[in-house]
Parts: sequence; structure tokens; C-alpha cells
Amino acid sequence: MSYRLLSVDKEGLATSPGLKERNYLGLSDCSSVDSSTLPNAVPDSDKKSSLNFKATELRLGLPDSQSPQRETDFGLLSPRTPDEKLLFPLLPCKDHASGNKRGYLAKSGSNNAPAAKAQVVGWPPIRSYRKNTMASSTSKNTNEVDGKPGLGALFVKVSMDGAPYLRKVDLRTYTCYQHLSSALEKMFSCFTLGQCGLHGAHGRERMSEVKLKDLLHGSEFVLTYEDKDGDWMLVGDVPWEIFTETCRKLKIMKGSDSIGLAPSAVEKSKYKD
Amino acid sequence: MDLRLPSKVLEHIFSFVDSNEDRNSVSLVCKSWFETERLTRKRVFVRNCYAVTPAAVARRFPEMRSLTLKGKPHFADYNLVPDGWGGYAWPWIEAMAEKSPALEELRLKRMVVTDECLEKIAASFKEFKALVLTSCEGFSTDGLAAIAVACRNLRELELRECIVEDLGGDWLSYFPETLTSLVSLDFSCLDSEVKLSDLELLVSRSPNLKSLKLNRDVSLDALGSLLRLAPQLVELGTGSFSDKLDQEAVSKLSQAFTELKELKSLSGLWDVLPEYIPLLYSVCPGLTSLNLSYATVQMPDLVELLSRCSNLQKLWVMDLIEDKGLEAVASSCKELRELRVFPSGADVDETNVALTEQGLVSVSEACPNLESVLYFCAQFTNEALVTIARNRPNLKCVRLCVMEPFAPDHKTQQPLDEGFKAIVEGCKGLQRLSVSGLLTDKAFEYIGTHGKKLRMLSIAFAGDSDLMLHHLLSGCESLNKLEIRDCPFGDTALLENAAKLETMRSLWMSSCGVSFGACKLLSQKMPKLNVEVIDEHPLKTRPDSSPVEKIYIYRTLAGPRLDMPEFVWTIHKNPEIGVSNLAIE
Repeated sequence: MSYRLLSVDKEGLATSPGLKERNYLGLSDCSSVDSSTLPNAVPDSDKKSSLNFKATELRLGLPDSQSPQRETDFGLLSPRTPDEKLLFPLLPCKDHASGNKRGYLAKSGSNNAPAAKAQVVGWPPIRSYRKNTMASSTSKNTNEVDGKPGLGALFVKVSMDGAPYLRKVDLRTYTCYQHLSSALEKMFSCFTLGQCGLHGAHGRERMSEVKLKDLLHGSEFVLTYEDKDGDWMLVGDVPWEIFTETCRKLKIMKGSDSIGLAPSAVEKSKYKD
Repeated sequence: MDLRLPSKVLEHIFSFVDSNEDRNSVSLVCKSWFETERLTRKRVFVRNCYAVTPAAVARRFPEMRSLTLKGKPHFADYNLVPDGWGGYAWPWIEAMAEKSPALEELRLKRMVVTDECLEKIAASFKEFKALVLTSCEGFSTDGLAAIAVACRNLRELELRECIVEDLGGDWLSYFPETLTSLVSLDFSCLDSEVKLSDLELLVSRSPNLKSLKLNRDVSLDALGSLLRLAPQLVELGTGSFSDKLDQEAVSKLSQAFTELKELKSLSGLWDVLPEYIPLLYSVCPGLTSLNLSYATVQMPDLVELLSRCSNLQKLWVMDLIEDKGLEAVASSCKELRELRVFPSGADVDETNVALTEQGLVSVSEACPNLESVLYFCAQFTNEALVTIARNRPNLKCVRLCVMEPFAPDHKTQQPLDEGFKAIVEGCKGLQRLSVSGLLTDKAFEYIGTHGKKLRMLSIAFAGDSDLMLHHLLSGCESLNKLEIRDCPFGDTALLENAAKLETMRSLWMSSCGVSFGACKLLSQKMPKLNVEVIDEHPLKTRPDSSPVEKIYIYRTLAGPRLDMPEFVWTIHKNPEIGVSNLAIE
């Protein structure tokens, strides 16, 4: 639902005729406000231009189709026909009430792996020099050169279903799975009911004592990781050293979503054609 | 009675007028002041290389010794300006080589600099002393070798965040043995290895070397030996800080750091391992500037380091510092003037949840000299912005980047209009503002009403209608640079406020709803503006109502430029032929 349409300063419109209120998310099926009900002193040429928007099929909002399109990189200069060009980034209906910030991203749906995020060119506004430097920093850290153990930190991102944001952990600071798991438990215990991120420190104090490990033991959440082949596996089956070398990302998934995940490298071949 | 001061007296008086803004004012008083001023101006700043021709500049300022040029629009930093747009340094260098051969300093930002340019500089300016390239591209290490070999009096060679084609580290060896004048060397953006022996030789014969910024490839070991050769350094950019050193090497390095009695600025620190942070403790109390924005250090180690930096004025750091770390900064770094917090992850989803608006609030409360802020954050609140404005009315630059577009106040779910209202109302000297988060037209009404000193404004994913642009163009009296992306306004506000555009340096709009027809109309109405339509995917026929991808409008005395690529259109171009057919004298 478009928040902005509800907050339009109607007085402003009345005193400045000729300045048209535009339906920002006009073509999105999320918009529940019928634009024809808005006061619109629209000169004919403007009407024509909005019609022409539709005629040239330039989208102003979220395309109707599901995951396959969401997984492409919209922002980058890949070959696109003008028809498919988006003027604005993808914006699904934001459900502010639940505070689920991940509404910005595609939901996993039936996929086991998190869907790829849509990219917007130049957002966030980080200089490409910095982006390249940070990217090569991460790759320098994760692609360990033989014979040089312990070179630098090994940061991997840890996400959790329902938690608004990721954390980063340095795998080098842990020595075994137990160590990692209890550290993650501390980090994410406040996210278990999915509300903590919004309220910050105060929220943590207000949270009940429900701990992550209780949920883990209750099989509600499982710890998974993405290996360097891009496959998602359950954590714990390979020796720790091999895990640190192959792990690229960690994810705390809901138990139900993890059914069908390859439990170990050996089993991987079963799922390949 | 002739009350005019003789020009010799005027010259003497003007020699005390340093700032270019003042000199510009002086030149407007009367003809004789204009003449005297132009004949005595040594440092010339051209902040848009297409606003004026090189020949005109050389003609007006015959005593020019230092030239600063800026090329591409600011949003080029974020990949919004396609490659090949322009900003070529060559016409300037060629013109100056002929008309101002006494040029000593060249400072270029966001320009395309080729090896040919560098060779021309080396060959043409006998007294050349300083080359500072910021965010430039197009040259290789061969060009650097040309500069090194020929510029006998070189004092400064700084490459800041440039994209350089790295053909190897030999360029450093081209500095002749007779070169002893080096004051500042910055090659931090180069990828490849430089020969340590060349570097050591250069450093050891440069007694005036005050600033040395190494690239990532220089090891910790090498750093140690360099520091021992140059204990007089005031600015240091380290290389990679992550090799494993034995105990003896560590203590030697530690000793080298304690010898840096003059050090005021520290940067680099790529990949720094936590166990090496204590090596820096000895220089902390003297530091006024610390750039940790590439140091992936966690909060506790950052706190240990920063709590020792009581004289720090400028801090650049990543969001790994978290709110807790910023509280420590607030209590230890009372002299802080500038704070920049960068995201450690490149995506919205990767922002560090432990850095919130609270961190900035703490710093604003406790640091009385805080003037400039750049803050990347997952979310923000109106309350925090109101508090910050109340704590720090002396803020001059506020750049807030709420990473998620359209994010409302996360406590109240309201737009951030009221928060930014407090900022522009409370910080009366505010000169630069970047807004983000959910914003309606009201926010821009506030900015237009209160942002009277605002010179540069950056906006993305905000507003509802043309009112937004109208408020800004009609309200912000001092507005100089406006850059907007992905905002839903159309032609009306732009056309109604066309006259305003001549009082500004430039306006950038991308992914907004401006039509081709409006661009044509604006071009016709305002001959002193270049209205550039940048469209990489133009439609075969361009009806007046079709929206344009990107527009860059700037005032100019030089007329249309001759170096436009085919994806840039101005009114002077014949659409069928696609070539500009207007010649400039």
C-alpha cells in the first residue's frame, strides 16, 4: 500500500493548480487507492503523458510476475529492451504493521535458498571505489591461499528468517561448532519473535526469556550454510576446518523450510541430475 | 579628484585576499578592480569544466599557477553517469601547455585523464610541482612514470581513489636520484606491487616528505622500514595490516610508530588484525584525523583505539563501530568535527543492526564542534533528528543515508518530514544536506522555507509531486547544486523555475518524470544553460511527451560542448544526424 498517497497535502494541490498529484506506484497491483478518486485538475497534455507512459510500457512499480524476474539484476547495464526498463526500483507492498523489513526483498516462497535481491544502480550511494575495495577484501579473506593459514579474518554473513537484518561473524574466532552455535544463539536470541530489530535495546529488555537454542532444539530453526558451490547445506556434518573453508554464508532457517536440504557433501550427489 | 587607488596599491591589498569567493566578489566591484584582480590571481578554481573554455580561463588569468578542475557530476560516483559521458582533461592541458606554461599545480576531480595528458604535463610545464587526481580514470602507470621522470621539482603526487591501469610498479623507479623535493606521495589506489627498494630510496632522499600513503600491497614489514626512514611524517596511509610477524618484527614496528612524533593523520589499515591495533596506540593522542573506513575491526577493538584519540577532529569508520562504539567516541573525542560512518556491507540487507540512530545522537550530544556528518544507517527516527538538531545547531553538512528506500520512522511509521524540518530549521548555517527515508512533499516545503544557506542538496526516492521540486527551486536562495534521482515529479516545477537554474552551478535529475518536450522548451528558453539529455536506451522516435532517463543541466559561458557521445542529446544536436553542428570560437 502506498503510504504517500494517503498523506497528500490536499491544500497544497488546491492552491497550486496545474501541479499534478502523481500516482507514484501507479501500475503496481499493490496500490489499493483508486487514483481516479484523487482531486486531479489535470490538463489534457498531462493526461496524455500518463497514457503514453502506459503505451510505452515503462513500469513505475513492481512487476506482476514472481521470482524469476525478481532474481535478475535490474540495475546493472545488462541488455534490456526499453519496454522492460524500470524507472523505479522494485517495491512490494510494505506491511509496516508487522515491521517485517524483508518485505523489501522477494520472499523465499517454495525455494530453499533465499531469492536473489533486486539491485538498484547506484543505491545505496557508496562509491564504486569503496565497493570494489570491500569486495576484493572479502574475496581475499575467503579465498585462502595454500600454506598461509590464519591470514586475516573470515567474515561471513549470518541471516535469520524473520529477523530484519544480517549480522556478520568472523569464523576464525571460533574453534568448533559448539562455539559458533552458542555465539549465534546470543546474537539472535532477541530475534526469535521477530520484533526486536525495531525496538533496539529497549525491545531486548522487554523480550521474554525464550532462547534460540530452545527453538533450535525444538526443531523450529536449523542452522544452514551456503558453500562455495552455491548449495545450501545443513551445518554440522563436515569437519570444522572444511566447514570454515567452504562456508560462504550462514542462515538460520525455519525447520519447515529446510526439508530437502542436502544434509552433507556426500549426499549432495543425490540431488544432482 | 581622482580617488582611484593606483594599481600597485590595489595589487598589494589583493595579495591578502586569498579565498576565491572573496576574489570573485572583488572582481565585480569595477573595471579596474576586475583588471587588477585577474592579473594577480594565482589559484583558479573551475568547478565545472564545461562552464567555461580553457582559452577563456588562460586569457583572463595570465599569472595562474594552480588550476583546479571538476568534471563529471557527483552522481558519477555511484555509476549513474554512463562511461564516455565526458569530463576530458586533454583540452585543458593542451590549452594550458600553450598559454600558461608556467603552471605549477593541477588538481582534477572526476575527470578522464589519459597517459597522453600526463605526458603532455611532463613535457610542457617546466616548473610543475603538484598533481592531485581525485576519482579520475583513463591513465596507466606508464603515465605516472612520465611525470616521475620529467618533473624535476615535483612536490606532490596524489592519486585519490582513481582507477588506474596497473602495468606494474616500475614507475616509482623513474623518479631521478636528484629529486629531493617530494612532500606528498599517495598511491593508495594502485593495485600492484611497487618495488620496496625503489620506495625506500625515494623516501630516504626526501627530507621534506610529510605525507605518504601506501597501497595495499606494501607489507607490514616494509612499513616498518619506511617509517624508520621517515619519522617526520605528518600523514600516513598504511598498506595491508595483516601479515603474520614474529615477536621481534612486531616490537620493531611498534618502536617505529613511537618515533612518529609529528603524525596527525592515519589511514589505510586494510585487513587490520585485532592483535596489531595496539601498535597504533602510541600515535593516537596526536591524531587529528583517522580513517578506519577500510579496517574491518570490531567494536571492542575500535573502542580501545578511539578512547586514546582525545584530539581527533575527523573520524571515518564503518558501522562495525555500533552505537556502543560511538558512545565511546562521544566521551573520548571531544574535538570531533567530522564523522563519517560507512556501511560494512554493500546491501540494505547487510547493515549492522547494532548501529542505529542512537549512535549519531550520542555524538551530537557530546561533541560541541561537530559540523559535518555522513551516516549510513538501516533506519532512523524523527525524534533522533530533532534531538540532533537541538544538540548541534552548528552543523554545516548533514548527509544521512537510510539504506532502505522509503523507510519511515521505525518507531512511529511516519515519514521523516518532521525530523528533517528540525534539521533545516535548527541548523541555520547548513550548507550541504542529503536526505533519505520516507519523505513527502512537506519535507521539501520545510527545506525550501528554512534552508536558506543550503548550497548542495541530494535527494533519492522521495516526494510525491512537482510541489517538491517547486519548493526547493523557489525557496532555497543559496542553492548551487541539486541532484535528484527516482522522484516522481514532472515538467511543471522545472519549467516554472527555469530562471533559478542560471543561478545554480548544476542540476541533475535521473529516473524522474521529466519529458523530452520540457527539455527542448527549457533549452530554447534558457540559452545560457546546457540542457543535456542522457539516454542510453532512447526510443526510435522521441515524442515530446516521452520521459527521459537522465538530465544534467548546467550554466555555461562556453556554449554546447563538442565532445558529446551519441547518448547525450542537447538542443544543438540535429536528431537525425546525431551530431552537433554548432561550432564554438
